[in-house]
Amino acid sequence: MHRFANPARFLKLARPLTAATLALGFALTTAALWWGLFRAPPDYLQGESVRIMYLHVPTAWISMGAYLGLGITGIAVLVWKHPLAEVALEALAPVGAVYAGVCLLTGSIWGRPTWGTWWVWDGRLTSMLVLFFLYLGVVALAGAFDERSRGARAAAVLAIVGLVNLPIIKFSVEWWNTLHQPASITLKGSSIHPDMLYPLLTSAGGLGLLMAAAVLMRMRAIIAEQRIAARRARLAGDAA
Amino acid sequence: MNALPFVIAAYTAAALCIGGVLLWSWVSMRRAEKAADALRGERR
Repeated sequence: MHRFANPARFLKLARPLTAATLALGFALTTAALWWGLFRAPPDYLQGESVRIMYLHVPTAWISMGAYLGLGITGIAVLVWKHPLAEVALEALAPVGAVYAGVCLLTGSIWGRPTWGTWWVWDGRLTSMLVLFFLYLGVVALAGAFDERSRGARAAAVLAIVGLVNLPIIKFSVEWWNTLHQPASITLKGSSIHPDMLYPLLTSAGGLGLLMAAAVLMRMRAIIAEQRIAARRARLAGDAA
Repeated sequence: MNALPFVIAAYTAAALCIGGVLLWSWVSMRRAEKAADALRGERR
């Protein structure tokens, strides 16, 4: 793992990976959403609005998984002081915020025809909103300092503290009497019919790969920006 | 209640947000890598 903390070595791997994750992500997501929209059956209770689940559920899983990754990256920033971990933290936060935002947005749009309301201050919805704000906080802190490393360290602290929200999201439907239904897929199995489960899992795979592609592209952009800044400083030093 | 407009709205919002973040990431990567390459050429 430490071998790939070197930006040059990382770039060698990231270049082909960016194209692969982008192409496979687009193909899987398009197939899954077509499947979910036109091939999967409507739900006996939710009717056609169940099709929103092929976006809402995967973006919820991915934004929670990505936040776990953000917390682990935060630990790598503070403990090992990896320059690449700082880059990953800065790259992951805005993409994670977009996925958490899509989860909230699609959940709200699903809630209107199903629950009769756009929003309720239910445990699951509120903790998911907190996750979205945590992502925004990490983005804001990472960009709040002139020195990039200081920003990354401050953002890393928030990313680690915010990890406490993940079990709250997961268990909110069990701890409180909420409007949001409990999990349909657990480690013990799934209560979803395969006709709906397969497009859901395909969508999760495709959207996950698209997130990986976006993070890789952001990381490459940040590394290039750092190289520009370093080279300019060196050129200014040579001229002086 | 007809759910179809809600389904269309959800898919449109998701496509715009995720497509937008992918486009932003790609454009910022291309721009930064081009500028880094140009600066390397300048030095030579």
